Amino acid sequence: MTTLEFKNVTKKYRVRGSGELLALDKVNFTLTSGQTIALVGQSGSGKSTIAKILTQLERVSSGEVLLDGTPIPTWGRPLRRYRQTVRMVFQDPFASLNPAHTIRHHIERPLRLDRVVPSDQVEEEVFRLLTRVRLSPEQTIDRRPHELSGGQRQRVAIARALASRPALLIADEPVSMLDVSIRLEVLNLLAELQREANLGVLYITHDLATARHFSDEIMVLHHGTVVEHGTADEVILHPKHEYTLALRNASPDPEKHFASPTTTPGANS
Amino acid sequence: MTPHDLLTVSNFSVSYDVTPPVEAVRDVSLTVRRGEILGLAGESGCGKTTLAYGIQRLLKPPAVITSGSAVFHDESGEDIDINTMDDSQMRAFRWEKASMVFQGAMNALNPIINIGAQLQDVFSTHRPAMTRAERKLESGRLLDLVGVGSERLRSYPHELSGGMRQRVMIAMALALKPQLMIMDEPTTALDVLVQREILEQISDLREEFGFSVIFITHDLPLLLEISDRIAVMREGRIVEIDSARNLYRNPQNDYTRRLLASFPSLTGERGGFVRGTAETAPTTDATDAGGAF
Amino acid sequence: MRFFLRRTAFYAFTAWAAITINFFLPRMMKGDPVSAYLQKNQGRISPEAIDSLRTLFGLDSDKSLLEQYIDYWQLLFSGDLGRSFSKGLAPVTDVIASAIPWTVGLVGIATVISFVVGTSIGAFIGWRRGSKADGIVPVATFFSTVPYFWMGLIAIAIFSTTLGWFPASHAYDKGTQPSFTLEFAGQVILHGFLPALTLVIGSLGGWILGMRNMMITVLDEDYVTVAQAKGLRPSRVLVNYAARNASLPQLSSFAMSLGFIVGGTLVMELVFSYPGAGKLLLDATTAKDYPLMQGLFLVITLTVLVANILADVAYAILDPRTRQMEA
Repeated sequence: MTTLEFKNVTKKYRVRGSGELLALDKVNFTLTSGQTIALVGQSGSGKSTIAKILTQLERVSSGEVLLDGTPIPTWGRPLRRYRQTVRMVFQDPFASLNPAHTIRHHIERPLRLDRVVPSDQVEEEVFRLLTRVRLSPEQTIDRRPHELSGGQRQRVAIARALASRPALLIADEPVSMLDVSIRLEVLNLLAELQREANLGVLYITHDLATARHFSDEIMVLHHGTVVEHGTADEVILHPKHEYTLALRNASPDPEKHFASPTTTPGANS
Repeated sequence: MTPHDLLTVSNFSVSYDVTPPVEAVRDVSLTVRRGEILGLAGESGCGKTTLAYGIQRLLKPPAVITSGSAVFHDESGEDIDINTMDDSQMRAFRWEKASMVFQGAMNALNPIINIGAQLQDVFSTHRPAMTRAERKLESGRLLDLVGVGSERLRSYPHELSGGMRQRVMIAMALALKPQLMIMDEPTTALDVLVQREILEQISDLREEFGFSVIFITHDLPLLLEISDRIAVMREGRIVEIDSARNLYRNPQNDYTRRLLASFPSLTGERGGFVRGTAETAPTTDATDAGGAF
Repeated sequence: MRFFLRRTAFYAFTAWAAITINFFLPRMMKGDPVSAYLQKNQGRISPEAIDSLRTLFGLDSDKSLLEQYIDYWQLLFSGDLGRSFSKGLAPVTDVIASAIPWTVGLVGIATVISFVVGTSIGAFIGWRRGSKADGIVPVATFFSTVPYFWMGLIAIAIFSTTLGWFPASHAYDKGTQPSFTLEFAGQVILHGFLPALTLVIGSLGGWILGMRNMMITVLDEDYVTVAQAKGLRPSRVLVNYAARNASLPQLSSFAMSLGFIVGGTLVMELVFSYPGAGKLLLDATTAKDYPLMQGLFLVITLTVLVANILADVAYAILDPRTRQMEA
């Protein structure tokens, strides 16, 4: 079992001319393998900062990030091992794959770098991973990213993330740039994979509805502070913080809208 | 055509004249009634934006209107066939009778002119009788109306937040009190809270001024809440068109059902969504041929 | 305001750096071009002149470096750049001053005309893309690639020798004294016409192409579509929405070309025997007239700096986003 802890993490950015920007303010949470947490926030809330800290693109200004009790390493082999254990799926399926390389290359690379399987088994493993994300290996393995659709590309990105057999997965808005009708399937795939491999998943999103159904817990982030943290149903159905309530009421909810007998077509709820 | 109809689109087709030619809009017919909000739902590439541009003759080459007509039934009783107007008639029609709120207000506003000037040039073009002071006053009033404030008349687009820019676009579209406003993904890039505010604003303005709205977006739950009727588009065609309530309760078309299922209910049941526990999804409507998409 | 202050500070620093480098250069050169000359011409140079030459060229090694540096600045502030060896020991400042107005005047005006005309044509062609107006582009490009001296000589051959419309050389009629009279102005214009014309034609192509390409990019932008959707007159869309945005990058190029005014049109000056700074620099180099050379370098550097300042200011005025970025 692997545990990732954010302990009192604060992140400040220096802004030219006018001092500091407080991106994160004493953020606390724990992510364990087998658990799913949704990090919900609007733009400017700090959710991308959290993702950057987790991938070591940014350092904390104060506080600690601990993996299994020890601070996450900043260089060398320990960092490599960290990166194998905590993987990320990015928002933009067009930008996260290198247009010059084949799909095979994309999946092989982490396998070889992290020596997940012996070299004679690499090809087999690539096939297995592609099948696991419901892509046909024969049809995709020698293609380049621009030959695939957005949904297919995102599946490749997921396969790539899973190649090193991580314990924890950070999914940063994984479906918001995909076409609407395939979002659900990619999310369902993620949920299935999470279940099978007992992954801990941090699902970062601005969309309350998918957050509720995808994860066990929801954290609501507002201007760098966690204003609410509870089980998914609790947070959505019985929010305690006024910001969460405002978010929930602002999100479109046709079911509630049409259930109300006094709703006139075209009026807002 | 009844006196309640504002716009009649008949057998409208648009294609892109490239090799091979792409039919972006295929034989679309619909009507927009006076004072209604018609939602136009669909995913990227379905042709909804092309249709919106087409009925205003804003398409640029290689897009070409290949057939059909769009007839505007002016409140004066006159019927205006958009295809038959010449350039200067078209310019007079634009913004006066029908205006558009564009997607992505950052690119839709001229970055080097202040927003006051961009509001005022609508007046100087369409209302030449107005004096400079009158134009300024009216522009200020418009900004107040949408909640941006007349003190921002001299601000530049990059000095405003995303939400404010979108409101400026709405103010601009409202300037001549048109009978039809076409809105193309006006709230897509905005926070859900700001989005709700803007939608309420649009609703209030519509009650006050009585214009019709064609609201284009891929966000079906949003449309369900604000539209009177919704048309679902796919690959250039309208696959279903019905009142919002009927569409939600009783979708007739497979694609409509699939689209609806893509949006899990916020407060209701899970639907087609699988949570991370040992549950299997109910048989989904989507065909999951590996590699099909 | 902060923006302007920052920029001013930046340019002040750059100017200081250029002048300081100019100070160090002769002191870093091997050999000593000036001592020999001074020796030879002992009797003919005044002691003050000798002193200033020494300071300029690092011969006053009896003083500390700091003292030399201070002396150098004092000299510059008093406008003394030394004496020109090849111009009969006339003060360098005077020599340069007699050439600069011609260069800046003629070339400056030609550059401005070329920019304005070229940008306007480019805007128009970009607007009417695909029409017959596109034919202007290859014609203008042709003239840009033609060797300038050839074009100049042809111009002289046709307009001067054959048709006799314009004089073939010099800035004014021989024997006339420069004065602020209308008649003199008339001579200047006549003499300057062919050089200016050939300069403009030669550089037009670049401006047209640059502007046309920018226009095509800008015309694809959403705000142009919105402007058209608003029903604005095409002329208004062209000028206020398209051309204004498209001309911004052109301005940077314009600034650069302003920097080339001094000394960059040597060929023109040779062909037309025009008394400009380019020819002056060539002569100075040939004659190993170090004081004049050094003086010209300094002037050229400062001119480019001023041109850049002007461009920056113009850009900041036209594009409000720049002001914010610096703030």
